[in-house]
Amino acid sequence: MVSPVSCCQTAGGCCPTASWYLWTDSDSCSDWTGSFSRTSRSSHSEDRSKMASLGCFLRSGNNAVSVVLRREFSKTPPAAVQVNVRDALNQAMDEELERDERVFLLGEEVAQYDGAYKVSRGLWKKYGDKRIIDTPITEMGFAGIAVGAAFAGLRPICEFMTWNFSMQAIDQVINSAAKTYYMSAGAQPVPIVFRGPNGSSAGVAAQHSQCFAAWYGHCPGLKVVSPWNSEDARGLLKAAIRDDNPVVFLENELMYGVPFDLSEDVLQKDFVVPIGKAKVERRGTHITLVSHSRCVGFCLDAASVLAKEGVECEVVNLRTIRPLDVDTIEASVMKTGHLVTVEGGWPQYGVGAEICARVMEGPAFNYLDAPAVRVTGVDIPMPYAKILEDHSVPQIKDIIFSVKKVLNM
Amino acid sequence: MPSRFNLIEEDRQQKGGEKRSETAGRWQHDSMQKMLTIISNVLRGSASRHGAQVVSEAASMVASSRSYADFTPEATFDIKKVDLHRLEEGPPLTATLTREEGLKYYRTMQTIRRMELKADQLYKQKIIRGFCHLYDGQEACAVGIEGGITLSDHLITAYRAHGYTLTRGGTVREIMAELTGRRGGIAKGKGGSMHMYTKNFYGGNGIVGAQVPLGAGVALACKYLGNDQLCVSLYGDGAANQGQIFETYNMSSLWKLPIIFICENNQYGMGTSVERSSASTEYYKRGDYIPGLRVDGMDVLCVREATKFAADHCRSGKGPILMELQTYRYHGHSMSDPGVSYRTREEIQEVRSKSDPISMLKDRMLSNNMASIEELKEIDIAVRKEIEDAAQFATTDPEPPLDDLCSHIFANDQPFEVRGATPWTKLTSTS
Repeated sequence: MVSPVSCCQTAGGCCPTASWYLWTDSDSCSDWTGSFSRTSRSSHSEDRSKMASLGCFLRSGNNAVSVVLRREFSKTPPAAVQVNVRDALNQAMDEELERDERVFLLGEEVAQYDGAYKVSRGLWKKYGDKRIIDTPITEMGFAGIAVGAAFAGLRPICEFMTWNFSMQAIDQVINSAAKTYYMSAGAQPVPIVFRGPNGSSAGVAAQHSQCFAAWYGHCPGLKVVSPWNSEDARGLLKAAIRDDNPVVFLENELMYGVPFDLSEDVLQKDFVVPIGKAKVERRGTHITLVSHSRCVGFCLDAASVLAKEGVECEVVNLRTIRPLDVDTIEASVMKTGHLVTVEGGWPQYGVGAEICARVMEGPAFNYLDAPAVRVTGVDIPMPYAKILEDHSVPQIKDIIFSVKKVLNM
Repeated sequence: MPSRFNLIEEDRQQKGGEKRSETAGRWQHDSMQKMLTIISNVLRGSASRHGAQVVSEAASMVASSRSYADFTPEATFDIKKVDLHRLEEGPPLTATLTREEGLKYYRTMQTIRRMELKADQLYKQKIIRGFCHLYDGQEACAVGIEGGITLSDHLITAYRAHGYTLTRGGTVREIMAELTGRRGGIAKGKGGSMHMYTKNFYGGNGIVGAQVPLGAGVALACKYLGNDQLCVSLYGDGAANQGQIFETYNMSSLWKLPIIFICENNQYGMGTSVERSSASTEYYKRGDYIPGLRVDGMDVLCVREATKFAADHCRSGKGPILMELQTYRYHGHSMSDPGVSYRTREEIQEVRSKSDPISMLKDRMLSNNMASIEELKEIDIAVRKEIEDAAQFATTDPEPPLDDLCSHIFANDQPFEVRGATPWTKLTSTS
């Protein structure tokens, strides 16, 4: 008999859903097992009393009882914790700060304000002024300082409040960080992470809405990653911090508050998502959708709608912009014969353009039954009015429309 | 100010600071070597201002057979007073130079000088290409700064970097081979003139002003790691107006970083004189709340004492300090600039004859009997040979192998494929 038990795991915040499964060999269920009930959101005190009961039960020394975490069991869903992207980033930084003394965070409002978008909440309280540094509003200066610190052996995380402001500092990112290992013929590595929200938000207008994936993705010497969900965010940030090279980490403000289930494996302290590997989020046979960041979610939504019409989309989450995982893309295109790329950035010289060019130049071209097309942001500066803004970014209907066009439906 | 050296049991007042190379011509006399001892004995008693000058003349006749035990082991020189900004006290007004130090500084400055002149020659022969910014005239800065810090301190500069690459531990061979783009170059031919690196030396930076925040980052690391080291961050009069430098002044002061900002003011930012580029040419004051010093950058001892003073300031936890070194470059901005359209040949010649850093040191040493003219000539010959050998290496060493084209993109990574010029050209990058 299996009695589900829920308990609360504090993983850097309130994480409501965790399930342990108690497998008893014994037929004799005491009455107290009935008090365990599975709820999706239990209060802390409720859970603590349940944990206490469980503790008593275990200490009672009843034989023939084994507590087993069973994830494969068909009737029981796997142990998972709901973590939003913000918290995933926060936990990743917290764990990496703890793991390596040389890691530190600097940027505007990262310390006492808890982060402009609360991504660094709690870190200053825990680690103090030495490791969480509030900077003045001087991007070029503090980005240069971060790179210099990386030269001298530290492992900085340099936050840009949004990637739009990185343009003030772009010389330091490209000329001082990206190129130095090459110019020095391997004498001077630059283990730095630049991170911050990228791309469009909601109602912040033209100067605060640009996507920089294509700009940074253009440059050799940089690794550029663009996570979609919490697993991506956590694993890629850990990988980026552990990487001995400059990594441009493009987050998305509208994704910060979105929760995702994270399995126990993902919550391990050494969990990393390898940089340079895309993930197939949904298997399909008729068409390949390649995307990154928030648009991956739109692709999955479009795929659900299309599935009702019998079109099975394969959705590839790039995870990394540079180096681009061409192999995964090609394998998918060779299977489906059709390709649509989806991104929030502008079309000209963009991520989608690069993907299409690569597919043209490689073996997958011969498998295409139709030209590959791109779904992108509209080629204009971002307007403010809601109706205009909504029509400036790719919507789910645009993806569905494009899929049908490519499939000649 | 009484000196602290002994020469044949007598104390003597020496004033070496004002000497310039107008006496240099007098070193050319044929020596009457045996006369020397007599002459110096006669003149030793003279405490007059010109006593030094005459002794210098006498010193020119020192026989090479004279033993080193006869040389002055140490002398103290008056050095120019330093202009101060937000400082009550500055560096001392005298500097003590030992014979060993003098010979070392002389040799290093001469090496830089000859290396740069050789680079000029190779550039004109088109063996060096691209950018080549020469440092001759400014040698006292690089050598003096290094005299005030140690190799465990850190230093970063802009593109006029060959001299610093040498003082920071590079060899002439690997510097020249980098200029000629060979595999034996200090950056294996991948960097060139502006991108040379050694331990605790972060280049060599091509983007004007960018090196200054980088230097502050290095200083941040020194403070973070608690290793009592500091970072010297150099920039020119042209760069001194860069916004990012003011951003760096601000953060360095807020966080009390152990950084010495040094403005090498050689009067011209490319072709633009300081009067034409800067509303305020008092670069040592531009740090505003940061204490500043304006130093004679043609006098290696001045530079050294000021650097020591600045280093003490940093190491005592007081935060940043700013030094302006007034110096001069004989060459134009780079090899593509003859350097005479925005300044006169007369000006260049005047500085050469009156303020040359190597001549100044040489005069001091000779006039104080710290070395013989033959000895210095021997050093010159040895330096020339070193440069010739290095040039020989730099012109005969092969260029880097094509396999190296894509290497050193990422550190500590698996090899990966790099797209070549065509889709069919697949190259490999290794770390």
